[in-house]
Amino acid sequence: MRRLTIPIPDEEIRALRVGDAIQLNGTIVTGRDAAHKFMIEHFVRQSVAEEDAELYDELRRLLNGGVIYHCGPVVRQHQDGSWTFVAAGPTTSIREEVYQPDVIAHFNLKGVIGKGGMGAGTLEACRSQPAVYLHAIGGAASLIARSVDEVVAVHKLEFGVPEAMWVIRVKDFPAVVTMDSHEESLHKRVEEESRKKLADLLAR
Amino acid sequence: MEGPADIEFTDALVELVRRAATQLPADMERALKEGVEEEAHGSAARGALDSILQNVQLARTHSTPICQDTGTPIFEIFHPLGVSTRAVADQVRKAVAIATERAFLRPNAVDPLTGKNSGDNTGEDFPTLHFHEWERDHLHVDLVLKGGGCENVSTQYKLPDGRLGAGRDLDGVRRVVLDAVHQAQGKGCAPGVLGVAIGGDRGSSYIKAKQQLLRGLDEANADASLAELEATLTREANDLGIGPMGFGGRTTVLGVKIGSQHRLPASYFVSVAYMCWANRRASMDVSAGAGGVEVTYA
Repeated sequence: MRRLTIPIPDEEIRALRVGDAIQLNGTIVTGRDAAHKFMIEHFVRQSVAEEDAELYDELRRLLNGGVIYHCGPVVRQHQDGSWTFVAAGPTTSIREEVYQPDVIAHFNLKGVIGKGGMGAGTLEACRSQPAVYLHAIGGAASLIARSVDEVVAVHKLEFGVPEAMWVIRVKDFPAVVTMDSHEESLHKRVEEESRKKLADLLAR
Repeated sequence: MEGPADIEFTDALVELVRRAATQLPADMERALKEGVEEEAHGSAARGALDSILQNVQLARTHSTPICQDTGTPIFEIFHPLGVSTRAVADQVRKAVAIATERAFLRPNAVDPLTGKNSGDNTGEDFPTLHFHEWERDHLHVDLVLKGGGCENVSTQYKLPDGRLGAGRDLDGVRRVVLDAVHQAQGKGCAPGVLGVAIGGDRGSSYIKAKQQLLRGLDEANADASLAELEATLTREANDLGIGPMGFGGRTTVLGVKIGSQHRLPASYFVSVAYMCWANRRASMDVSAGAGGVEVTYA
């Protein structure tokens, strides 16, 4: 089990290989469909508008050497306005494939946490950045929420609770490297092997 | 049933939602435990199943959602003659809003035109409600929380399918279902359960497929040919080697449940409702008598 602390240096990323179990520490940001679309349309493809400048600067600070988490949590808000993550497993990452390579490059991301794996574009971004894809256990939401020590802030709550960008401090967040910076993807491998087995079964 | 038209059971519905969201059914947990034994020590597949089982335990103990995606709540409601389905629907909608406020459900109802989340799991045709009048004198409610990740890998085939060599027979059904499992890889949170429907039109076929998910894993199919196909598909889907989370491994599906219905001469649909390992279902019986409302959960 390797412990990673944000910001993660490039040499630590390059040392990671498919199959490595890791525990992540530091401040990460959740972002899924609406957030990725927003980042591409408002930050990556055009100059940043004045009303978004504050959020942009904060994201640049948090994501530089940092990690984005594909997650739409169940949250509870307390009387004093603060929030707790009640359940917070990963969502399916492949929906962000069209956006992810640009987001990785633009913000100098070192990791993306999600489930189900991503495609060729993200694998190439992992090689060139370098970065890794970290697979959390899908559905293990109550377990993963226990590694969230603090909800630091929330942005874009108008997207709704699942789609908002939650800034969270995590301690020993558990995940497995399934795409590394050496062009290895466990998802690609399993897809190819299972395709052969399917062909065998259909030949019967 | 006395005064079934105005039975008030909103609180019981909230409790049903809580149970579904936080307590994995015993047959699912048992199957996951059997899955652990199938996977090699130290493998990512075994690690995933261990985490899943730990999570199931935590969710039950702390009454927190098993998965943060509490999905589409699908209610199948069986009622005696005289019950107002409108009044029951109002109570269901009230109950899911309360359950959302109590963080048993994530606010999941999004207006596709404005992108706005309603915040309380109610909206246009949300949650899903199906009413069935029956001859018995009490109410029965089945609830499934159907997650979005696995919904996205659910699929429908139109036979014959030349690519898969699938004709209009049970071997054709077998071929397309195996293809669906391969297409899904780990994206539906394997090891999953497959609800399969043969026949119907496109709409009724998907509904039938989802209703199969209410069957217990050990519940044998009354039709011998479908029972055999269920066993074959479970074995062959696991032979694909996709494994928990798509990490590679022996446990890809925990069960396959197949139903059929009449079709048009022109159409032969096969629908596959992929359900993640968090196959969250709960049921209750509700009766109203002189002593008030009585509720039994199952």
